[in-house]
Amino acid sequence: MSAKLPKPEELARYDFAPPADGWMNKPTQIREGMYLNPSAPEKMEYLGMPNPRRWSPQDEDWKLPDNWQEIIYEGIRERLDKYRSFRLFMDICVRCGACADKCHFFLGSGDPKNMPVLRAELLRAVYRKNFTLAGKIMGKMVGGRELTMDVIKEWFYYFFQCTECRRCSVFCPYGIDTAEITIIGRELLNLLGINVHWILNSVADCQRTGNHLGLQPHALMDDMEYVLEEIEDICGRKIDPPFNRKGAEILFIIPSGDFHADPGIYTLMGYLLLFDYLDLDYTFSTYASEGGNFGLFTSHEMMKRLNFKMYHEAKRLGSKWILGGECGHMWRVVQQYMDTHNGPADFLETPVSPITGTRFEHAKSTSMIHICEFTADLIKHGKLKLDPRRNDNYRVTFHDSCNPARAMGMLEEPRYILNHVCNQFTDMPENTIREQTFCCGSGAGLGATEDMELRMRGGFPRANAVKHVAENNGVNTLSCICAIDRAVFPDLMKYWVPGTKVCGVHELVGNALVFDDGFEREMDLRGEELPETDDEPETGEPAKEDA
Amino acid sequence: MSTFLSLGTALVAIIVLTLIGYLGAGVAGLHTLFGVVIPYAAIVLFLAGFVWRIVRWMKTPVPFNIPTTCGQQQSLDWIKPNKIENPQSKFDVVIRMAMEILFFRSLFRNTSADLKEGPKLVYGSSKYLWAAGLAFHYTFLVIFLRHLRFFLEPSPVFVHWMEVLDGFFQVGVPIVFISDVIIVGAVTYLFLRRVVAPQIRYISLPADYFPLLLILGIALSGVLMRYFMKVDLVAVKELTLGLVTFSPVVPDSIGSIFYIHVLFVSVLFAYFPFSKLMHLGGVFLSPTRNMQANSRAFRHINPWNPEVEVHTYKEWEEEFGDKLKQVGIPLDSEE
Repeated sequence: MSAKLPKPEELARYDFAPPADGWMNKPTQIREGMYLNPSAPEKMEYLGMPNPRRWSPQDEDWKLPDNWQEIIYEGIRERLDKYRSFRLFMDICVRCGACADKCHFFLGSGDPKNMPVLRAELLRAVYRKNFTLAGKIMGKMVGGRELTMDVIKEWFYYFFQCTECRRCSVFCPYGIDTAEITIIGRELLNLLGINVHWILNSVADCQRTGNHLGLQPHALMDDMEYVLEEIEDICGRKIDPPFNRKGAEILFIIPSGDFHADPGIYTLMGYLLLFDYLDLDYTFSTYASEGGNFGLFTSHEMMKRLNFKMYHEAKRLGSKWILGGECGHMWRVVQQYMDTHNGPADFLETPVSPITGTRFEHAKSTSMIHICEFTADLIKHGKLKLDPRRNDNYRVTFHDSCNPARAMGMLEEPRYILNHVCNQFTDMPENTIREQTFCCGSGAGLGATEDMELRMRGGFPRANAVKHVAENNGVNTLSCICAIDRAVFPDLMKYWVPGTKVCGVHELVGNALVFDDGFEREMDLRGEELPETDDEPETGEPAKEDA
Repeated sequence: MSTFLSLGTALVAIIVLTLIGYLGAGVAGLHTLFGVVIPYAAIVLFLAGFVWRIVRWMKTPVPFNIPTTCGQQQSLDWIKPNKIENPQSKFDVVIRMAMEILFFRSLFRNTSADLKEGPKLVYGSSKYLWAAGLAFHYTFLVIFLRHLRFFLEPSPVFVHWMEVLDGFFQVGVPIVFISDVIIVGAVTYLFLRRVVAPQIRYISLPADYFPLLLILGIALSGVLMRYFMKVDLVAVKELTLGLVTFSPVVPDSIGSIFYIHVLFVSVLFAYFPFSKLMHLGGVFLSPTRNMQANSRAFRHINPWNPEVEVHTYKEWEEEFGDKLKQVGIPLDSEE
């Protein structure tokens, strides 16, 4: 049973002042509402992970293997030799504190161990004590710390209070990236069998069925059926999207959440309408039916296992290149890991838009491009007839998802699209967007229900910026390009900025897209009435300055 | 560790060092030990340690391409990429690294957050840390280079010009170096910040206070020597030149303040490779900053790319084949 979520005004009773006593002195209190439930042993068994058992973070005894300390030491030693990032980031932090108030979890909780520097120090202190000469000799004097069970519990608590969003690494003078620390911290915990259900359940389902939701082919088609009926009702288009079609030029992969749940399905409707409009030669896959990769939140190896399906399926189907949907951490994996893990994809080609002829040279090795890159190119070339007035009920702002922003730098493409598909777009304040964007607070596998307080705290800086544009610019819609965002923002907005809708960018594209079929749309993709317009739709040709 | 203990430990260490210098060189007259043996040992430790650390880092592979992109990517040719913050070529990386190393680019972004009633978060610009950090590092460099006049004969022309510029205001006799004033101010700021700002105090270790106090000690003992407790500069140069030419001489006429100064510097050198001060070398190697963000165009190689257990399509079809048939999707196994 999860803890009762405090009201916003109760939750807001905190400040940034740390306790007087030193941080190494007291064991961490593991508080309800701030952590996730442990993984079910059968999922761990399915994945071949160590120490499957039932346990609770509230238990005194976590039922770890007897030699747990040696396992951790060996795990650290191995990773120090495999990752320069890890070794370097253990060594060079000067504790200048520039990162301290950059973390959304710190900003939303005031808990000093959520300062990125201190989150890393939890691991660094053990490293210093056991792996550095000074630490071995002088121990506490040089910031060393014994590895005790309390330390392991603290690691669990705080490495699952980090969304690997990398905002702190933007501000660090040495580029120290807490995501590297957290990823490795979680890997170490995995070695002892400490992991959370919300992540491992998705990982196990993805490994087995092909997607995080565990949708088997017939269930996936059922979900699709529902979406197609909605499209027919609203847009009068009968669409029959291809699945597992061999020889399709493009393999299209989206996060599975968008097959299944509101508001993600509206984004899927946008994709389907766009491809129907273009008569695109593409296919979905029921096997590679997941863009996201919760393996990233488990270990580098698990990420590779889940990611394997993408290239494997593209090869089997004989596709030329892969198009990826709107998803955050999916794009971290695609941009920074996929080719290294599972490449070279020499059976694929440099992506070329069949509509505009644009060659996407920047993706010539992975052969995978983002749907926003694809659509921005279409709009730029005047290939889409758009009526942005159909989105006039939406006063839109845009949330840069952490990974497309800080692992790719895809900042302009979605904004370019938004500026062409809706008339009222306002950015949030500059230190809350683009490379400085604030996380939704529920990424990296933290989007469960039992940790709702944690999510509301971590999402507070983002919500605070939305509130700013809601109050000053009348914004009522938060658009994003991430399925986790779409899944978690509705809760966050209801809590902090009630009345704010959440949508994907391609939902708005779907709304604005004008087919020459004479069908008079009366509703948008959510089934809500379109705003009044009295004249002919605009052609949506690109504005002059773009031509 | 509490603040009191952390700060106390560092302070005690500095006091003990001062006493050792004073008693050893000043009272007991162990000039060879403090003027020759300790400096040599320190330099050896510094060089060996520094190289060892760098080699160790460099030998550790970089398995993935993980730059933090802080600007627009290069994608469509009509969208202007930010080549410095999202570097594509090696040249772009050099520029990005130069901005980091010469101007502390990332630290320049610093903001400070405030929690107001509401609750409401507001962010303000916060450049003090950047300014003090930059001032400290540059004046340290200037002072380091100025000291070349003790180690080279004749002393290089650029050192002379640095002294002229550094003494631009021509205040006092001997002329006050601006760098001396700035470094003492900057280090004092960095130290006070650690003691006063609650969050920074909370994260600070003895290893954070100690180098600041040590450097402050070096600067202050240097200032004392130059302006107040004058030492015999000819004798000093005799000793320093002896050190660099490996024919050490130990003149008698140098005051103990000099030996305390040299002891502090020696301790700094010896301590350097085993401490966070190695950020000097580490910053060049940080993978989030020094990599090209072009991993979709060029495959990055992981030297230990792991073998993992995967779920192939064939295995998957064996499990879900009947479900595929149910929805009319043909099976590979029946082709």
